[in-house]
Amino acid sequence: MTSSLRFRAAVVSIVLLAAFLGIWHLATRPTAAATNMSPEYAKLMGLTATQGKSAMPGPLDVGAKLWEHLRQPFYDNGPNDKGLGIQLGYSIARVGLGYFLAVMVAIPLGFLIGMSPLISKALDPFIQVLKPISPLAWMPLALYTIKDSSISAIFVIFICSVWPMLLNTAFGVASVRKEWINVARTLEVGTVRRAFTVILPAAAPTILTGMRISIGIAWLVIVAAEMLVGGTGIGYFVWNEWNNLSITNVIIAILMIGIVGMLLDQILARFTRMVTFPE
Amino acid sequence: MTDKFISIEGIARRYPEAGGDQTTIFEDLWLSMSRGEFGCVIGHSGCGKTTVLNILAGLDQPSEGAVIVDGQAIEGTSLDRAVIFQSHALLPWRTVLGNVAYAVTSKWRNWDRAKVKAHAQKFIDLVGLTGSEHKRPSELSGGMKQRVGIARALSITPKIMLMDEPFSALDALTRGTLQDEVRRICLETGQTAFMITHDVDEAIYLADKIFLMTNGPGAVLAEIVENPLPKDRGRIDLHRHPLYYALRNHIVDFLVSRSKTFATTVTDHDPRNVPVVRIGKPELVVAAESEHSTQASWPGVSRPSTSS
Repeated sequence: MTSSLRFRAAVVSIVLLAAFLGIWHLATRPTAAATNMSPEYAKLMGLTATQGKSAMPGPLDVGAKLWEHLRQPFYDNGPNDKGLGIQLGYSIARVGLGYFLAVMVAIPLGFLIGMSPLISKALDPFIQVLKPISPLAWMPLALYTIKDSSISAIFVIFICSVWPMLLNTAFGVASVRKEWINVARTLEVGTVRRAFTVILPAAAPTILTGMRISIGIAWLVIVAAEMLVGGTGIGYFVWNEWNNLSITNVIIAILMIGIVGMLLDQILARFTRMVTFPE
Repeated sequence: MTDKFISIEGIARRYPEAGGDQTTIFEDLWLSMSRGEFGCVIGHSGCGKTTVLNILAGLDQPSEGAVIVDGQAIEGTSLDRAVIFQSHALLPWRTVLGNVAYAVTSKWRNWDRAKVKAHAQKFIDLVGLTGSEHKRPSELSGGMKQRVGIARALSITPKIMLMDEPFSALDALTRGTLQDEVRRICLETGQTAFMITHDVDEAIYLADKIFLMTNGPGAVLAEIVENPLPKDRGRIDLHRHPLYYALRNHIVDFLVSRSKTFATTVTDHDPRNVPVVRIGKPELVVAAESEHSTQASWPGVSRPSTSS
């Protein structure tokens, strides 16, 4: 009886999930209610003190709250109470816009760097200095110059996702096999046609890998950026719920951030597979 | 050698070395071929064979000298000179048809899709790959990939085919079949071909003229051996020809010993008048084309003292 690896892996995953939820549930069980507490103090402490309820929400609390969110993802009751779908939508839109701008800049510039050793050497010191800067360090400068918190967040996404794409594009273009270039040369293929018919397809897997790294970083950074700029977005939601001391909502938000990040990564992984060629 | 279709005139290739010196791979190399001829270059690794071919293809520039093809000095690459690469160099993201069609559209830019396809198909059929048009290179065997390489080179109907050890990465059986194909195609189309090889038998089977190069650095074209075997030679009875072993031994002797000692033993080698060797029966007859021909003849015959 040998079931497929996939099936066995799925079983182990489910067992691990069940174990995690079980431990979580047991760890957050209500303890015995405190006795001999002055009623006023008990009122102040809430259910934790009066009924021994754990301060940390259990899986059932989170599940119930999640169900509530999922049934009504797009409600809007004013600036501090919007549905999870709306918050995620804002975040995805910011990431998408910043990321799109980064693609527009990084891929042509990466092509130039990859094809011209002169440009590559000339730009190298700038890239080396700019690359390790934490994207959030740009935030005050962006707020000061742009004077719009929402656009500043988009700028931060742009600046953090531009580097992996730029470097991967340059590397992919520079390391296209000499023999493919020679084929194009012996066929008298012009520079532009060569760039699109030989270099682009040959470098596409490397470029897409850079884009995949970038979307991951962008999604990491948007949460922090939105905590800073506030207003809307999943990062703001997390911070707002922390201020409300709603740990249940914080946990739900963490879960949602993970799921959306995974989906973004999977989309790019699919594109990467589409342009990858077997040799 | 009245009609010089390809004429390599005194080319040299030098590489700068640490310390300001230069390493000369080869210099003052003169070589010519007439239309429809099949020439093979044999020499050890490092003698600059591939560089000569790359210069002829336009992929590399000589440090000195020039190459004239069909009355014109070459400048860069050209669709008139097709290259079959050792590593086949197919574009892995294109199908067989796509690879050949890429070459076809590069030559005839305003052809419509159907015309390109029909033209490419003709050459795929010619190399015996009918039915594999839509496969990708990764799905093909080494021999099939090289067939695509040949089809791609032929599809642009070049004046010259340049081959850089095209079969060296293949197994002996596949190599034999592909040699047959190349020979058939070259005879049928009257193609001028220039090939680099390590394989003496391949050179004897395919070439009209075999160019022997000495070891580098400072390699020279030592002599040109004319293939005495009939034009309609077949693989099966090739080795039964009375001159086959004389020819083969001459080339092997050169590769084993004379390619190393050539520079020291032959002092009056004139690179512009490389001796042409014709192998006759029962002994070597050296063509009286060069005044230095006696010095360059087979040492076993003319200079018994140097043979060892």
